[in-house]
Amino acid sequence: MLIAYRSIAAGLAVIFFLLISLPAKAVEVKEVTSPGGIKAWLVEEPSIPIVSMNVAWRGGASLDPADKAGLAYLASSTMDEGAGDLDSKAFQERLSDLAIKLSFDASKDSFSGSLKTLSENTEEAFRLFGLAITDPRFDEEPVERIRGQILASLNRKLSDPNSLAGRAWFELAFEDHPYAQPSEGTIETMTAVTRDDLAKFARTRLGKNNMLIGVVGDISAEELGLLLDKTFGALPEKAENSIVPQTVPLSEAAVKIIPQDIPQSVVVFGGQGVKREDPDYYAAYVLNYILGGGSFQSRLTEEIREKRGLVYSVYSYLYPMKAAGLQMGGFGTSNASVREALDLVEAELGRVRADGVTTEELAAAKTYLNGSFPLSLSSNDRIADILVAMQFSNLPIDYLNDRSDLINAVSEDDIRRVAQKLLDPDKLIVVVAGKPENLEAKGKGVEKN
Amino acid sequence: MSPMRPLFVFVLTFGLIFGGSPEKLFAEESIPTLFDPKVTTLDNGLQVVVLEDHRAPVVTHMVWYKAGAADEKPLKSGIAHFLEHLMFKGTKTLQLGEFSEVVAENGGQENAFTSQDYTAYFQNVSVDKLPLFMEMEADRMANLVLTDEVVAPELKVVLEERSQRTDNDPAALFGEQFEAAQFLAHPYGAPVIGWRHEIESLTTQDALDWYNTYYAPNNAILIVAGDVEADEVFALAEKYYGPIASKKIPVRERVQEPPQLAKRVLEMSDKRVRQPSWRQSYLAPSARGEDQVNVRALEVLSQILGSGVTSRIYDGLVVDKKIATSAGAYYRSGSYDKSTFVLYGSPTPDHNLDDVETAIHAIIEDVIENGVTDKELTRAKKKLLADAIYARDSIRGAANILGSSLASGETIDQIVNWPRNIAKVTAEDVQNAAKAVFDERQSVVGRLLPEQVKS
Repeated sequence: MLIAYRSIAAGLAVIFFLLISLPAKAVEVKEVTSPGGIKAWLVEEPSIPIVSMNVAWRGGASLDPADKAGLAYLASSTMDEGAGDLDSKAFQERLSDLAIKLSFDASKDSFSGSLKTLSENTEEAFRLFGLAITDPRFDEEPVERIRGQILASLNRKLSDPNSLAGRAWFELAFEDHPYAQPSEGTIETMTAVTRDDLAKFARTRLGKNNMLIGVVGDISAEELGLLLDKTFGALPEKAENSIVPQTVPLSEAAVKIIPQDIPQSVVVFGGQGVKREDPDYYAAYVLNYILGGGSFQSRLTEEIREKRGLVYSVYSYLYPMKAAGLQMGGFGTSNASVREALDLVEAELGRVRADGVTTEELAAAKTYLNGSFPLSLSSNDRIADILVAMQFSNLPIDYLNDRSDLINAVSEDDIRRVAQKLLDPDKLIVVVAGKPENLEAKGKGVEKN
Repeated sequence: MSPMRPLFVFVLTFGLIFGGSPEKLFAEESIPTLFDPKVTTLDNGLQVVVLEDHRAPVVTHMVWYKAGAADEKPLKSGIAHFLEHLMFKGTKTLQLGEFSEVVAENGGQENAFTSQDYTAYFQNVSVDKLPLFMEMEADRMANLVLTDEVVAPELKVVLEERSQRTDNDPAALFGEQFEAAQFLAHPYGAPVIGWRHEIESLTTQDALDWYNTYYAPNNAILIVAGDVEADEVFALAEKYYGPIASKKIPVRERVQEPPQLAKRVLEMSDKRVRQPSWRQSYLAPSARGEDQVNVRALEVLSQILGSGVTSRIYDGLVVDKKIATSAGAYYRSGSYDKSTFVLYGSPTPDHNLDDVETAIHAIIEDVIENGVTDKELTRAKKKLLADAIYARDSIRGAANILGSSLASGETIDQIVNWPRNIAKVTAEDVQNAAKAVFDERQSVVGRLLPEQVKS
């Protein structure tokens, strides 16, 4: 697949043409299928002697049992602490001696691994990655050491207003659904995870059927094909489970206040959004940019920061999870201004639902979203992320080619329609950590006695 | 279809890594330079640095002013950062907000940042937009317009920024106190964002004074990195930045520290602190104008002592003795004046801050006494050299490294030869650097504790 970047020369001086390297630049994404049938998306980039690989498994922390929330996260933090014949120290020393970067992570919808190596060590780097996922040791020493670090971090978060507000928001929005539970778990659930749980996690949650691989760098399709079999061949064909049950966020207004003795209240707001597979996703994406997605150019920033100086930062974003679509946002403001800033957010949400956006705003948003996209393809690491994200969202391999057309096709009518699917000021779920003045808890945010 | 990499190459590589002698591994001719920048200086004094990288049709355009918080006058802390915010407000030809509007409309991403030693502005854009952004950045180098109406709400924004970054977080507040104790006289003792009471009284005139004093081509570095050819960038720079007149810039001489003869110990308790932590920082040389061997040796030392899980401090305190949940060391050579070498750790529930301090000091004493092993030295150098190669993956990261190093007074030579100079460091250099830097009298100890806990 080829992506051609159009060079927009209108209105620019002649000298520009000198700057444009012709023919137009391309990112070529290949699908590589190993002799053993394992697929990966690859972008070859031989100009720097490094190789980056990202791998994701569908599922993630939302599949953790409620009383063992944090299982996937603890697995992600200990999977690189010894595998095969190598104990924790030996494994880490091998990585260190070869300057290989290997790490794992768990989010609500996926478990992921990333690898970065000098290309001279590619084979050994892949071997270590493969050992970690297929034969992790989870020895007592490293598991308890890492658990201790996570518990210390969880303890710290009990007085961190950003973490408190974020966690409380998901508890409020999803009540009994696993999306309510934090990926890192709580002190109690993190303590309950056993080494057997970790071993079972590795055996059952990482399968070939729920695996997505993206590779970028100084490696050929043939080399990668052979390495894929060596690295992933020993994984089970199927993961036990990789599907999170569908849900929707709470659909009534709620305000929860978490008292914290701090000068600035941290506010998280959100509610219904769209999922990535929704045909209205692109309209929602453009609308969100206009509302609160652009760094300096957004309605929320204009009203709340630029005109009134109430915040340093205010933003909104789409959070399209596999089992629920959300639109969320946040800001920090002095305790005295929380009410005023929230009123402004609600007014802007109402204005978008009632009146849509202007022709000029829509045009400017499209220019920005299309014009800035190539910026995200400027490092191998980022491209590897994107390759996995595309597969995760079931996008076609030539999506990068189609993306600008999909965005350009969004009409003012689309925007008006999708506005009804996004945040409703009358159903806003709000969590505030701080000492907000003139603000009361509301709906399910009221503490039960 | 390209052939598989032949097996013997892999074997050779493997052999080099495990069997090769350090001397061979770090032979100068085999080590690439950090980057390959092309440099020129315009007649008006603007230094222009170009990094060519043709992987994607994008470019990073940055202007770095050699003026940061440490150049502020007394009672005006925060003015460098405040002016950074105000640079987005408008010029003689651009209305309020128009700068960012044009950037966004052209698919650009922009921002700015301020440190003790510099203030930098950047746009990441599709390469065909470079001339437009050069024109706009050059415009605000010379033609900024500020009125009380636009300055007043921005001052509130900066105060909220301070709340968000610092006042809401006891660890950040303690960090500020710690730096103030480390630098009694030198302006590094004041936070970049400024003390709240001083920010509150900053005026439009203060901002204009700062701008008029420091914003000039001969006090700036232009960095362009991406899908460009150096000669074309030089021509564009001449066209857009060339006409701006240079200014007489004040000599960069900050108040220097009096000799530190006494160790300083700070302790803070706060109910929002839930995990105690310890740190100790030692005054250390920075790269500018100092003994290069010593500075590079300190970088290797910080790697061996405290970077990553195989480092001595992590391995000793966290893995082996279970004294700390986290522990390490860091050193940043890139500051205009003196820097610091920092050790840190946070105890496990069964231990306290004194245990952490005692265990880390034992490791330091061992290094001073017995030096470091060849294995440690080799591993640290390989890691740093690999970092130099990894750094080439990010165009923006590379531009940042170049800009911050140059604005902190390092030379292009020092920057590009960094990997070679790292490769030359010997075990003896590392031991000597440790002996020199770990002077207890020239240190500050910080103890951050939960409320009502005695340790």
